[in-house]
This record gives sequence, structure tokens and C-alpha cells, in this order.
Amino acid sequence: MRFSGLRVLKEGLTGNKGWTPHWREPEPKSEYDIVIIGGGGHGLSTAYYLAKEYGLTNIAVLEKGYIGGGNIGRNTTIVRANYFLQGNSEFYSHSLKLWEGLEEDLNYNVMHSQRGIINLFHSDGQRDAAARRGNMMISQGDDAILLNRDELKKMVPYLNFDDLRFPLYGGLYHPRGGTARHDAVAWGYARGADQRGVDLIQNCEVTGIDIENGAVRGVQTSRGPIRAKKVAMVAAGRSGQVAAMAEMRLPIESHVLQAFVTEGLKPCIDHVVTFGMGHFYISQSDKGGLVFGGDLDFYASYAARGNLPTVESVMEAGMALMPMIGKARVLRSWGGIMDMSPDGSPIIDKTDIEGLYLNCGWNYGGFKAVPGSGNVFAHLIATDRYHENATGFRLDRFRTGRGIIDEEGKGSQHNLH
Amino acid sequence: MRITCPYCGERDRREFYYRGAAVDLDRPAPDADEAAWDDFVYQRENPAGPTRELWYHEGGCGAWIVVTRNTMTHEMIDVQLASEAQE
Repeated sequence: MRFSGLRVLKEGLTGNKGWTPHWREPEPKSEYDIVIIGGGGHGLSTAYYLAKEYGLTNIAVLEKGYIGGGNIGRNTTIVRANYFLQGNSEFYSHSLKLWEGLEEDLNYNVMHSQRGIINLFHSDGQRDAAARRGNMMISQGDDAILLNRDELKKMVPYLNFDDLRFPLYGGLYHPRGGTARHDAVAWGYARGADQRGVDLIQNCEVTGIDIENGAVRGVQTSRGPIRAKKVAMVAAGRSGQVAAMAEMRLPIESHVLQAFVTEGLKPCIDHVVTFGMGHFYISQSDKGGLVFGGDLDFYASYAARGNLPTVESVMEAGMALMPMIGKARVLRSWGGIMDMSPDGSPIIDKTDIEGLYLNCGWNYGGFKAVPGSGNVFAHLIATDRYHENATGFRLDRFRTGRGIIDEEGKGSQHNLH
Repeated sequence: MRITCPYCGERDRREFYYRGAAVDLDRPAPDADEAAWDDFVYQRENPAGPTRELWYHEGGCGAWIVVTRNTMTHEMIDVQLASEAQE
């Protein structure tokens, strides 16, 4: 079933009776060429690109819950390519380009909206840092514009420009950044993978990884054993538990990151605005809700919910930056489980076990990486070589000290990134 | 979330700084091999369930404490002074 304007019209005029499910509900087979553990955004996009670009379709994606129920449904939907360091910048640039063609590619409306992202700064030193970052973005081939205070005022007049502690000096504007509809990204990739023959197996928890003589042989699941030539672990949020089944420890500590959404309002915030000093960022969804968040709660957690001190600090920061949102009612809050890595950058690599691949450590950056991550991970699984835009995400960089990608220079403590 | 400091009693979580898993109690010798240091600095058990971690009572008495806490429920299971836990 292809989506088109004509089809929408026709269905609208005939009672919407012709729509069919987006994907099948197959029973798991006893053997696949490739088993992907984790049916989140990254697992689904991995399966999609394996099928689309490498013609590999004898693939199962095993999801312990339901498609779209993990971190792909628990984020703030921001898409950007404004990284500074080599290793990250070419990867996120690659991912953003995939975003820009995604809807046509998937024949699915993911509501990708390049409304622009503005990172605020509050001092001369921060302006210099923003200019330097912007130059790096431009040299990567992406876009960045340094806004002075007057230019910023024209674009976002509702901000509090004269806060005593953090007066606004300007912002780094990344016009190609923006947002997308998170659920639709999962559904679009799921549908695209399914259409190419990938089996999406929901309610199927992996309980063991079978390894013989240093090579992976398959997995044990809540729906029976499944043999596989290759197994990919893509379970960010639960990476540690999955890797433990292969007797691996990971350089990951799991933390909770909270986010919030208000009641639907008339359009008032046109961009994504980030207030790094207050640990606050915000955008407005197409439904009208203000979607915003802050920093980690800072303690390890798998609870998928946080505590009130962080709620209070996020609200305070929001009020300091844009007092106009004070009367909006918060409807919901949620917590995502973040794979925090020791340098704040992800891991996409082979493991010491033949046929076992690892994709994890997305910190808070997982959503925008969904197309890029699946694309480069599919390349690694299919060819056993690193994709040219993802050579830096090596698992052994911590042990060797070579190739650490610490954007903010914060050191090895997991929760500081 | 509230933490019971052995010196100060039950206090708001905001008074405490979180360091991470309580690996610092078992620091490798300076001449330990690369694998031992990799394990200590980077690799983590990261359990979904009870875990031992180091917190610092920054806004109180300044004690380093070992908190045993459930990462699935945020339940506080046990607190002791790091100096005593280390012995």
C-alpha cells in the first residue's frame, strides 16, 4: 500500500475502509541470516537499510515490547547536525541528509520540519565558542549563522533578553535543524522494512545469546530459540542487560532524562530554542504543545520516570528564559533511559565475538541519529567494514585512549555528558 | 527521592552529589594493567535493580556515602559511610 494525496482523497470519500495494517505480525521462524535485538528507531532503521541497500531480507527484528514503545516514543524529537568534533560531525551530517530525503524514501509522512535551531549564548567567551562551532559546522558542509542580539530579537522577541545572570548576547542558528514526529519515524521504518520482507516480531524478549567457539549462533527468546548467522544488539536503554547475555560489560551507565509537554497552544515558538546555561530547551509540536526538557536527574535509573528536583529546575529555567510560557499547563512528563557513555558519544562496532555487532551509547542524542545510525550499522553488519562516516565510534577507544570523542571536554564520568 | 545520611539523617536528594557506581572503593594499584584501569574508569555493571553507588553530601556534612539503591524503583535499600564500607 502506497500513500499518496490521491489515495488520501479517495479513502476520505469512501469511508476510509481501504487502509490496511502498516506491517505484518509474523510468527518467528527458526532461523534467520540476521537477528536484530531491539525494535526501536535504531533497530528498525538498521533492518530497513540492510534490506534496501544490501538486499538482505532474511532478517528478524525482535522487540520485547511493541514497536514505538521505547525511547523512540520517549524523546523530544529534535533533529540537528551541529556537532563540533570530527567523528561526530560527519556522522550527524550524514544522518541529517538522510532525514532530508526520508519521507520520499519511506513514502511516509514523518513530519520532518526544518524550522531551525537556535543555541543561545550569554557572554563574549560563549560567542567565540559558538562562532568556532559554527565554523566547524560550515566546514562540514552544514549550515550555521551567528546571530547578534538584535538579529536574535527579531527572530525570538519573546525571550527575556536582560536576565541578570544570563543576559542574551545572541545565538548560533542552524536553519536545517528542526523536529520530526517521533512515532511516525518508527512506524515509517517498520513499514519500510516489513514491505521488503523483514519480520518484525513484537512481544519477543531475548533471554539469551548463543555463542559457540567464539562465534554467535543465535538467540534464546520468550518465543523460542532462533538461530542466526549474525546478531545485532541495538537496545539503547537496555544495552547493559543485552550485552551481559554475551558476557560483555559495556562502558555505559543508564540515566533518566525527563521531558515535558504542555496543553496545545496557538503557534508561538517557531524554532527549537536551547538555553544551555539553564539546561533548558523547547520547541512547539505541530499539535501545539510546548515540548521541553532539561538535564539528567544525574543518578542511574531504569525507572523511566524522574524526580521532582529536576522538574523544578527545568521549570525555573523555562521561566527565566521565556516568562510567557508561565500560564501554560503541563499535561505530561516522561523519562527516557539514556545509555550514558564515558565521552558522550555512541558506540557502533563489531565485538570480539564473531557475528555479534553492537550499537549503543546514544546519551541524549539518539533520536536525530536514527537514520544515520541504522544506515552505517547496516553497512557494518553487511560488509564487516566501517562506514566512512562512522569510523570513530569504536568500542575500544576507552581502553586505548585513542579516538575519544568528548564534545564538551567533561571527562570520563558517565553522567556529565 | 530522599537519602538517609549516616550523620545528618534523612535529607533531600538535592543536598547530594552523585558520583556513580561505587567502583572508587576498589581503585586499582597505580601499576595495575590496562584492563584493570579500563574496568575501573569506564566499564560498568549498570544493573537494572539493586546497585551500590557513591554519593557526596555536598550540601550537608561533606561525607562520602555508599548508597544501595534500586535503579528500577528508586527505593533506598541501605546507606553507609564510604570510610566504613571500604574497610
